[in-house]
Amino acid sequence: MTNSVEEIADTDALFVIGSNTTENHPIIGLRMKEAVRNGAKLIIADPRKIPLVKFAHLWLQQKPGTDATLINCIMHVILKEGLEDTKFIKERTEGITAFRKSLKSFTPAHGEKVTGVPKKDIIEAARIFASADKAGIYYTMGITQHSMGTNNVLALADLAMLTGNVGKESSGVNPLRGQNNVQGCCDMGCSPNVFPGYQKVTDEKVRSKFEEAWGRELPTEIGLAATEMTDAMIDGKLKGLYVMGENPILSEPNMNHALKAFKSLDFLIVQDLFLTETAELADVVLPAASFAEKEGTFTNTERRVQRVRKAIKSPGEAMDDLSIISHITLRMGYNPVLENLSALGYLVPDKMEADKYITTPEQAFLEAGLLWPEIRGMTYQRLRNGGLQWPCPSHSHSGTRFLFQDSFPVGKAKFVAIPGLPSKEVPDDDYPFILTTGRILFQYHTGTMTRRSKALEAVAPEPFIEINKSDAEKLGIVESALLTVTSRRGQIDVKAKIGDRVGPGVVFIPFHYKEAAANLLTNDALDPVCKIAEAKVCAVKIEKAA
Amino acid sequence: MITLTINGREISVSEGTTVFEAAKELEIEMPTLCYEPRLKPYGGCRLCIVEIEGIPKPVTACTTPATENMVVNTNSDYLYRLRRTIVELLLSDHPNDCMICTRAGDCTLQELAYFYKLRENRFKGETRKHDRIDENPFVKREMDKCILCGLCVRVCDEVQGVNAIDFVNRGFNSNISPPYEKDLDCEFCGQCVAICPTGALTGKVWAGEGRQKNVKHTETVCGYCGCGCNVTLHTVRDRVVRISSKRDSHNQGWLCAKGRFGYEFINKNDRLKTPLIRRKKGGELEPATWEEAFDLIVSRFNSIKKKYGPDALAGLASARCTNEENYAFQKFFRAVIGTNNIDHCARY
Repeated sequence: MTNSVEEIADTDALFVIGSNTTENHPIIGLRMKEAVRNGAKLIIADPRKIPLVKFAHLWLQQKPGTDATLINCIMHVILKEGLEDTKFIKERTEGITAFRKSLKSFTPAHGEKVTGVPKKDIIEAARIFASADKAGIYYTMGITQHSMGTNNVLALADLAMLTGNVGKESSGVNPLRGQNNVQGCCDMGCSPNVFPGYQKVTDEKVRSKFEEAWGRELPTEIGLAATEMTDAMIDGKLKGLYVMGENPILSEPNMNHALKAFKSLDFLIVQDLFLTETAELADVVLPAASFAEKEGTFTNTERRVQRVRKAIKSPGEAMDDLSIISHITLRMGYNPVLENLSALGYLVPDKMEADKYITTPEQAFLEAGLLWPEIRGMTYQRLRNGGLQWPCPSHSHSGTRFLFQDSFPVGKAKFVAIPGLPSKEVPDDDYPFILTTGRILFQYHTGTMTRRSKALEAVAPEPFIEINKSDAEKLGIVESALLTVTSRRGQIDVKAKIGDRVGPGVVFIPFHYKEAAANLLTNDALDPVCKIAEAKVCAVKIEKAA
Repeated sequence: MITLTINGREISVSEGTTVFEAAKELEIEMPTLCYEPRLKPYGGCRLCIVEIEGIPKPVTACTTPATENMVVNTNSDYLYRLRRTIVELLLSDHPNDCMICTRAGDCTLQELAYFYKLRENRFKGETRKHDRIDENPFVKREMDKCILCGLCVRVCDEVQGVNAIDFVNRGFNSNISPPYEKDLDCEFCGQCVAICPTGALTGKVWAGEGRQKNVKHTETVCGYCGCGCNVTLHTVRDRVVRISSKRDSHNQGWLCAKGRFGYEFINKNDRLKTPLIRRKKGGELEPATWEEAFDLIVSRFNSIKKKYGPDALAGLASARCTNEENYAFQKFFRAVIGTNNIDHCARY
C-alpha cells in the first residue's frame, strides 16, 4: 500500500475494485465502513455483490476481465469533464498528452458495451472519485490475477495520478496483500528478478554489493517465476525443488498440470506444519514451527514491520524454518552468518562451534537491513511496540505512513496508455459461463489452517458454486443441487448456491476445498510481465451431476 | 478549550470532551460497565454518575459534555452508596457461578462486586432464566449473565456494521438476541465477545481451557491475512488457549473469526513432529532423524547441481514465514546453490 490502513477512515472517496475486503481483509473492511460512517463515498467495482456493497454508494458490476476498460472509461469521463488535477499532472507527471489521446475511444457507451456497467454509473463513478478531496484506490487479486494483471494495476496508477491522489494522506494506490507476510516475502527478495529491497539481480552494481556481502559469485540471469516452474519441471529443466510453507498443488491454477509437474521432479523437499497435498508428493518432508513457536518479524500490507514472538515450544522435533535453512546452508559448506555484522558491533558467533553458526532471527534481520537501506533504521528493540513502516532508513527515523509525498523514485511519474484486452479464455458455445474464483470469510487459502478449526469448518464445511437465479432457472437447477463444472482443463462436482451475488453468465467457486478444487478448472495463462496466472477468469460449462 | 474543575482539580479539554474523558485525563478512575472509548457515548450502566454543581441530581459522566467552569465531584458517600446499590441490583439477577465461569478473574462485574464487598444481597426475588442454548459454533451465549450494558449490540452496529443482535422485549424480560430469537448467524468476528464485561459472551473454543492461573500472554502478529493484526496469545504450557487483541493496537483490538477463533491448527495432533523421508524412490514416507534428512538433502542438491547445473534447482519461499526466514531462504538459493530460481506465492 502506498498509504496506511488507519488513513482509510479519513478518505473522502474510496474506489474498491477486485477486492472482497470484508471477507478477505476484515479489519481493513472495518476502516472502510468507518470511512462511510464519516461521510466518505464508497464506489465498488466487482463482478460479485460482495458484502461491502451494502455500504456502497455505487456498485459497478463489471464482467470479469474487463477492469482495464472500466478504469479507462472512468478516466475518459474525468478528462472530458475537466475533473483532473491539473496542478498535480503538471508538477509530478509526464505523458498526459499521449495518454489523453489513448483514452479517446473509451467512451462510457463503449464501457457499457464491454463491461456491462451502465454508462451513467461510469460517469457517476468518475465524478465521485475525481471531485473528492482525498480519494483512495483499494484492490486485490480481482485486479491482478489476469493475463493483463500488470495493465490493470497500471491503469489504477494512472487514475490516481490523473486525480492527484498519490503522495498525500488518505489516498493512494493500495493493494491489500492477501497473506500475513506476503509483503515481507517480496521485500526480502524471494522473487526471481530481485534481491532484498527490490534491487535488480541484473544490475551489476547491485550484484557486486551482494557478492561482496555474501562472499560468493552470484547468478546474473533472472530466475524462474513460480508459475514458470511448473513447465520447467515437465520439460525436465527443473530437477529439484524446495518448498517452504506453501501448498502449491492446491493453490496453483490448472491443478492437473501442477500435479504432473511436481510428480516429474527428481527431488522435492516440503517444509510445513502438516502433511499437505504437496508434502505427500515430497521425497523429504521437514516439520516446521508455526508462528506461535518462533521469533522474527512479519510485514503487513501497509509496510509495517512487526515482531512475531515465541509463545510455545514446537511439537516433537519440529524446528523453526530459519534454523532448518541454517543447518542446510552450513552443511552445504557456507557460513550462514554474515561476518560483516561484527564490524558493526553485532554479535557474531565463535567460528569454532558449529552449532552457533545457526543464524538468529535478529542477526538475519540486521543483515537484511545492511543490504536494504529502507529498513536499516529498524531494530528489534525499536519494533517492540507496534512496529515501524518502511522506509525507515535511520535509527532516528519514525517510519513512513504514506509514500511519494514529495517525489517519485523515478522523478516524474509517467502515464501509461492501457489497451482494453480480453481475457485469454472467454465464454463460447461449448463453455458458456465465466468462472471466477476467490476466498470466503471462514476459510483461508488451501485450508491447511482453517479446515483444522472445528468452528470455522462448521460454518463453511463444503465448496459451492454461486450461480445467478436466472441461469439456475434456465438450467433447471435447484438450491444445493450437485453440479458438474467443466473447463478445458478439468472437472469438479460442486453444490449450487443460487442467488444474485454473481450476475448472469458468471459463476464463482472458492478455491479452499480440495474435494472440489476450483484450481482444477482455472487457466494458467500468464501475464507476460509479472507472470501471474489468470485465476480470475476462465470459461466453464455447467451440467447437473449424473 | 473548556476549563472545568473535577474533584478540586482544574483541567482544560477540547470542545465535545465528556466529563468522563476529562476525569480520565486527570487519572480519576470511575467505575463503569458500559463505557467504551471506541464506541459512541451510551450511559447505560449508570455507574459513572457524578455530582455537578447546579444540577440537582447525579448525571452520567460518560454522556455529559464538559462545559466552561463546570464543577464536578466524582466521589462522595452518596455516590458510593448509589453505585454500590446499582451493582447490588445487577448481582441480584446474576447467577452466582464465578467458580465455573470462563471469565472469572477477567470480569468487570466480579471486580466491582469485590470492590464494593457485595457478598450478601438485599434484593431477593425472581431471577431471569435464559437456558436456551445457542448452537452456533463460535460464541457461547449465557444470557442469564447479561447485564444489558449494550456493548455487544453497539459494537456489532457501530464497528462491524452487521447488526446481528439487538435488545428484544421490555423491562424484566429484556434480552439481547438475534432476530426472532434464533441462533446467532453472523460474521462471528467475536468483537462482542471481546467487549462483553461479564461472562455472558465467551468463546466456545475457550471452554474448559486455562482461565487465569498459569496463563502466559505473548504479544505477536496474526498469521492469516495481510492486515497484520496484533494479537495476544494466551497459552498454558505449550498450548494456545485463547487469542485476544489489545485496544491500543493499530487494529484497535478488533479481529475476525479466523484470527480470533481459528487457532486450533497450532496444537493439532496431526502436526508433523519428525522429518519424513522416502528411503526408496516410489516408497513410503518414513520418519527419519534430522541428520538423516539433512544428509539426504545435501547429497541430492549437490548431485543435481553437479550433473545439471544450479538452475536445475529452485525454491519456493513462503508468504507465511517470517522476513528472517525468507531472507535466509533466498540467500541460500542465490549464494549457496547459485540460482535465481526463487519465488513464492504472491501470485496465488
